Amino acid sequence: MGIFTKTVSAIRKGLARTREALFGGLSALLSGKTLSNDLIDEIEEYLIKADVGVKATNAIIDELRQAFESGEVQKGEDAIEFLKNHLKSRFKQMDRSIAKSSTPGMPTVILVAGINGAGKTTSVAKIAKSLRDEGRTVLLAAADTFRAGAVAQLEIWAQRLGVDLVKGEQGSDPAAVAYDATEAALARGVDVLLIDTAGRLHTQKNLMEQLTKIRRVVTKKIPDAPHEVLLVLDATNGQVAITYAQEFRQAIDVTGIFLAKLDGTAKGGIVLAIQDALDIPVKLVGVGETPEDVEPFDPESFIDAMFEG
Amino acid sequence: MFENLSDRFNAAFRNLSGRGRISEDNVQEAMREVRTALLEADVHLDVVKDFCDQVVKEAMGAEVTQSLKPGQEMIGIVHQKLIELMGPVEPGVMFVDPGPTIIMMCGLQGSGKTTTCGKIAAYLKTRGKNVMVVAADLQRPAAVEQLKVVTEQVEAEARGNATVSFYGEPDKCAEYGQAVGVAVGVCQRALKEARANKTDVLILDTAGRLHINDDLMKELEGINRSIKPQQIYLVVDSMIGQDAVNSAKAFNERLEIDGVILTKFDSDTRGGAALSVKQVTGAPIKFIGTGERFEALEEFHPERMAGRILGMGDVVSLVEKAQEEVSEEEAEAMAAKMAEGKLTMDDFLKQLKSIRRMGPMKQLLGMLPGVGSALKNVEVDDKQLDRLEGIVHSMTKPEREDVKLLTRSRVKRVAKGSGSQPADVNKLTKQFDMMSKMTQQMSSMGPGGKMKAIRELQRTDPNLVPGLKGMPGIGSARGSTKTKSIKSSFKKRKKGK
Repeated sequence: MGIFTKTVSAIRKGLARTREALFGGLSALLSGKTLSNDLIDEIEEYLIKADVGVKATNAIIDELRQAFESGEVQKGEDAIEFLKNHLKSRFKQMDRSIAKSSTPGMPTVILVAGINGAGKTTSVAKIAKSLRDEGRTVLLAAADTFRAGAVAQLEIWAQRLGVDLVKGEQGSDPAAVAYDATEAALARGVDVLLIDTAGRLHTQKNLMEQLTKIRRVVTKKIPDAPHEVLLVLDATNGQVAITYAQEFRQAIDVTGIFLAKLDGTAKGGIVLAIQDALDIPVKLVGVGETPEDVEPFDPESFIDAMFEG
Repeated sequence: MFENLSDRFNAAFRNLSGRGRISEDNVQEAMREVRTALLEADVHLDVVKDFCDQVVKEAMGAEVTQSLKPGQEMIGIVHQKLIELMGPVEPGVMFVDPGPTIIMMCGLQGSGKTTTCGKIAAYLKTRGKNVMVVAADLQRPAAVEQLKVVTEQVEAEARGNATVSFYGEPDKCAEYGQAVGVAVGVCQRALKEARANKTDVLILDTAGRLHINDDLMKELEGINRSIKPQQIYLVVDSMIGQDAVNSAKAFNERLEIDGVILTKFDSDTRGGAALSVKQVTGAPIKFIGTGERFEALEEFHPERMAGRILGMGDVVSLVEKAQEEVSEEEAEAMAAKMAEGKLTMDDFLKQLKSIRRMGPMKQLLGMLPGVGSALKNVEVDDKQLDRLEGIVHSMTKPEREDVKLLTRSRVKRVAKGSGSQPADVNKLTKQFDMMSKMTQQMSSMGPGGKMKAIRELQRTDPNLVPGLKGMPGIGSARGSTKTKSIKSSFKKRKKGK
């Protein structure tokens, strides 16, 4: 059973622009028209420009072309329906809930990592707020001891949300902070421990090793922890996201993706590219600046939302 | 940073080079490859289409020079088109007189504005400009604090005699959306102080915002109107995808940006944004950020970048980096010592340190022609250089002046002191000895002779540059992707004898 029980509601809000820009455009493009090879080329361009990626786009377009040539899909409206069903079928059945400690009385540990500027700290604040609002006790660990002001940033969030925080000095060992925080979580008997780590690029080998170490010390204290390892991924990133997601998976065994900044700048196509290339489920999406702006990810409603005009 | 792209380009054109002439068919085929490679590198689709069309047009019109193979001819055309795509650009910062020159930084959340402010400040400090950095981000929690720490660090550690100061009003911060517009006042007061202090350059660090957030965009326009910055830089994450490039366009439409700073360039093995940004926004790239340290900022030069994309390397930038680290006098003094064969371990240590300040070895080596893609899967271990430094540090002053003093028991002591094996110490001194002999000879040679001497040196000892073994073309173990420690390669050599 998942820990994050918030219901799917306002995902449409964040995707308003996606809908308008991508599939709104597609609807306009396809409505009332007869499908042709040229029109399929235009759909292909739409998908590429929405960051769906060359591979996933090719796969989608090939199927559509086949359906067109066999006469199965003729009208623009049929194509919309076809794409909708096809996109839904690309998402495998995966557990998209946030995992929970299975040992009664033991805290659930969520480790959050990502590249620089992806939105880790804001995402941590969002998760903390949702959990707090559900009546769970939350402890935050500020294990970003590298970036100037990172601890202070999380500290302000902790104050605003009224949750506890364990922090280290700037420049100290982040693994030590994670260790202390895990001990504190056990001692205080909190429900959830959220560990925020420093941003790092997948090309920085030593920093990736440091992340592995953070994971290791947590496991040392609580054998089945961390229960959830979330990679915060910037939705405005291009196909390079797939490369770094793979690197992070190797370093810390990522169990889910928090897709941040889905509002405004991204058409969300990267969700499809990631789904195609990786076996990591997108679990949460960030759709704004305030701590309320977080939603569980549900492929069905994501795609429905995309198509609703 | 472009390994992926240059590999794909070269593969596409290698197939072409087997054929006799450039024809419509084989060019189209090669360009299909190029198109996919560019799209997978996150270059914007419109830019890709334009680019490919132009290359094909040019290639069809081109008369293949007798001496060139079609593949080479195509690379030449692509090189030229890449330069046109990214340029022209006047690198560096323009200053106004009287000062202060005002620079406003803006961009999306998480693009790296605050870190870049520190880098620009350091860049200006080394060029003798007094800088004031203003915290105009009142939205993100602790952004003011972050900039303050960054500024203090630059002031304390960056080279140059100029000062870097900080201006901030932390009490003006508020929860998201509550402090919109307040930044205008903060900037005005900062400008007043900058004028009073005779600051040369004022840098405004604004909050990250979406181009569709009208309130926050109006705030930027407000700052623009009341402060009138001479230069507005848009900070763009080099990993952005197809759609996000459009946000850069929107920023330009509202603010008329003067240049783009591409960040996190060290992350990116593809670098598509570098190719899209100029065409999509109309504003040229001014700088690229290549690491987390405040020195990690490079001026952007389209022709050099085109060279890197095609795997031709960027020797000019490498030389510039070296010049920044070593002054002409120092270099001359060193050359004189070399000529007399009076190089000491201390000189060696100094050289080693200047090289390391230039950046990670892998990044530096990647700027050499043809080395970038060869290095793709090689781990270059900077730690081996640490060990060398450790060994030299464990020597006494007289020993560093004259390595011949190192008797067996002294070698043992040095090894113990540096946590290495006596064999490592012997190896270093032997190499050093050889190097100083070689440099002495070289000083009296012409350029041709020098190259010959370097090749000679490499043949006698392929491990001269530590941590590099196994790199095709430099070490001896061609094709190997594993670096070996000094120790293990030493053992191997011994066995071979």
